[in-house]
Amino acid sequence: MASATELLYTEEHNLVRKMAYDFTRNEVMPIIAEHDRKHTFPFELLPKMAQLGFLGICLPARYGGAGMDFLSLGIVSEALEYGDSSVRETVAVHLALHALPIFQWGTEEQKETFLPGLASGDQIACFGLTEPGAGSDVASLQSRAVRQGEEYVLTGEKMWITLADVADRFLVFAKTQPDQGARGISAFILERGWKGLTTGTLEGKMGVRASNTGWINMQDVRVPAGHRLGEEGEGFKIAMSCLDNARFGVAAGSVGIIRACIDESVKYALQRRTFGKPIAEHQLVQQMIAHMQQDLDIGELLVWKAGTLKNQGVRNTRETSMAKWFCTEAARRAADNAVQVHGAYGYSDEYNVERHLRNTKSAVIYEGTSQIHTLMQAAYTLSMREDRPLRCPMPAYDPDTWQ
Amino acid sequence: MNVAVLIKQTPDTAELPKVTVAEAESGELQATMVINPWDEFAVEEAIDLSDRFGCETVAISLGRQGEVDALKHALAMGVDGAVHVDESVIDGGDEWATAEALAAAVKKAAGGEDVELVLAGKMSVDGNSGVIYAGVACKLGWDLLVNVTRIVDIVDGTLIAEQVFEGGQETVQVPLPVVISVAKEINEPRYPSFMGIRKASRAAIPTLGRDDLDVGPSHTTRWTDLNKPEPEDVQVRIFEGASVEEKAAQLADALMAERVI
Repeated sequence: MASATELLYTEEHNLVRKMAYDFTRNEVMPIIAEHDRKHTFPFELLPKMAQLGFLGICLPARYGGAGMDFLSLGIVSEALEYGDSSVRETVAVHLALHALPIFQWGTEEQKETFLPGLASGDQIACFGLTEPGAGSDVASLQSRAVRQGEEYVLTGEKMWITLADVADRFLVFAKTQPDQGARGISAFILERGWKGLTTGTLEGKMGVRASNTGWINMQDVRVPAGHRLGEEGEGFKIAMSCLDNARFGVAAGSVGIIRACIDESVKYALQRRTFGKPIAEHQLVQQMIAHMQQDLDIGELLVWKAGTLKNQGVRNTRETSMAKWFCTEAARRAADNAVQVHGAYGYSDEYNVERHLRNTKSAVIYEGTSQIHTLMQAAYTLSMREDRPLRCPMPAYDPDTWQ
Repeated sequence: MNVAVLIKQTPDTAELPKVTVAEAESGELQATMVINPWDEFAVEEAIDLSDRFGCETVAISLGRQGEVDALKHALAMGVDGAVHVDESVIDGGDEWATAEALAAAVKKAAGGEDVELVLAGKMSVDGNSGVIYAGVACKLGWDLLVNVTRIVDIVDGTLIAEQVFEGGQETVQVPLPVVISVAKEINEPRYPSFMGIRKASRAAIPTLGRDDLDVGPSHTTRWTDLNKPEPEDVQVRIFEGASVEEKAAQLADALMAERVI
C-alpha cells in the first residue's frame, strides 16, 4: 500500500526515493558517525555520489546532468540528510550554489565549458559569498574586483565557506563598483591553482563536522573576463537566486532529519521500558513523537510546494524561504525531542540523535537565519516586498529537453 | 539465452519492526513495500550475465493486482523486461502453489522463447520459507543449485558455478536449463541509475492471470496462527577474576555447564 508521501509524488520520484535512501543506509550511515567524531570529510562518498548522478541530478543531460526535476533534487537531499547534514550539504553547495547558477545565468559557452565537469564530479565546486564582516548583510561585503583589460583582479576574503578546502571551482562575489552597494556586486568563477587563491579549513565547529567548512583568500587573483557570471553589477541578484536553489535543498534535507528522528525515537521508545512498560506508552513521550510527526507532515508539503513551483518555472523565493524557515526550525525541535526521548543515551554519540541536534543548529543560521526569513515573510505579507522579474529566470523543468 | 529472475515484494526491512501481527495476517501492510533484499543479488547476477553473455533478462513476480514496485525496481536496475503474475492465480494457496504458478510463468515469460536459467534469492525477508525456487525447479523438472556464490561460465549448454555449503565450497557443472538460488556473496547489487528509473517508470508491465497459465487446483496449506514469540528472560553474568585467563576459564566452565560448548 502506497504511503501518503508516495501518493504525493510520481512513480519516478518514488523510485528515486528508494534508491537515494538505500544509498544513505548502505553507504553513508555506516561511516558518517566516525567522520563526525574525527572531523574528517568523507571523500570516499564523492565518486559514489558522482557515479549515481547526484552531483548533477537536475541539470539537463546535454550538459552532462541526469535530467531529473527539482522534486528529485529535494528527495535526494532529504535522503542524504536522513544520514547526515554534511553529505547533503555537499550536493547543495556543489549543485545548487554553483552549477545551477551557471545553468541559470551563464552564457551558452559557460554552460558547455563548466557544467559537464561539475555534473560528472570531475570538479567539485563551492560558493563564496559570506565574509568575516558580511553575512546576512550581503551588500556590505568588502571583496573587490577591478577590471584590467580582459581580466579582473580580485582581492578579499571569504569565510564559513562549505567545501572551501575541497573544491576545485569557486563562485565568489566581489564589488566591481564599491559605491553602488548591492548593485555594485559581480559574480566570478575561480579555479583552484590560480595565483593568489588560497583556502583553509575552520576548526571547532559545533556540528556538520563531517563537512568541510573554511575560508578563501584572494590576493590579486587574475580572473579572465569570460569567468564573470552574469553582467557586471548583477552579482547580488545572482547570489539571491542561488539561495532560492540552496534553501530548497536545506528545507528538504531538514525533512530527512525529522524523519530520522522519528524513526530512531519510535524504535527506541518501543524498546526502552520504564515503570513496567515501554516508554512509548507514556503520554509525554507520545506528545514529543506526535509533534515530530506534525512537523514532518507540514515540512513535506512545504518542500513539495516549493519544488513543484520550481518545476513549473514559477518564481518561488517566498515559498522556498518559508520551507527553509519552517523545516530547519522543525528539524531542530525534532532533534531536541529525539534526544529527550532517548534520555541519557541520546546525549551520547552512541546514538545518531545528538549529532542531528548539533547539525540542526547550523541550518537555522546558514542560508538566511531564521530571523531573516521571519522578516522576509512579514515583508511579503505586508506587501513591503515584491519579487521583480529576473533577467535570467531559472528555466522550468522540461523532461523532453532535459533528458 | 533467456534468463528469468524471480523476485518478491516485501516490507522495507527498515520498517519491519513496525509491522503488526494483525497486518501480517491480513496482508494489508502499512509498511513501504520494496524488492526483497535477497532478490537484489539475483537481479544483479542476471544483469551481469546479460553483460557477459548477451542474455535477455526478465523479472517475474507474483503479487496482488498492481503490486509492481519490486518489478519496477528490477527494471530500474537494468533487467530487460518484467512480468507480473496476479496472486489470484494461486487463490490463497501455499508455497507449492506459488512455485507452480511461477514455473508456469517462466514458460510464458520470455515472449514464447525458452528460458534456460532461473535465478532467485535465497529467501524472502517476510515469509522466510526459502523453498519457492526448489518448488519451481521441481515443477519445471530442472536441476537446482543452491547457495551459488559465482557463476564461472556458461559454455556449450553447460553452466559452471561455485556454491557454498556448510564447511566448504565446490565447483559444479550442470547442463542447462537450471534453477539457481544465489548467496549474498555472489555480487554487490547496483543502485538503479536515473536513466533506469525513467525507463522503469514508463514501462508497462504485463500481468498473467489464471487464464494465461497452465496451473492446477490450488494447494492450501494455511497459517492457522501467527504470533510473536515472547521475549526471552536474559540474565547477565559478570565474571570476576584477577586475570584475563582466570575470567576466561570461568567463562569456559560456565559455557560448558550450559552445554553451549
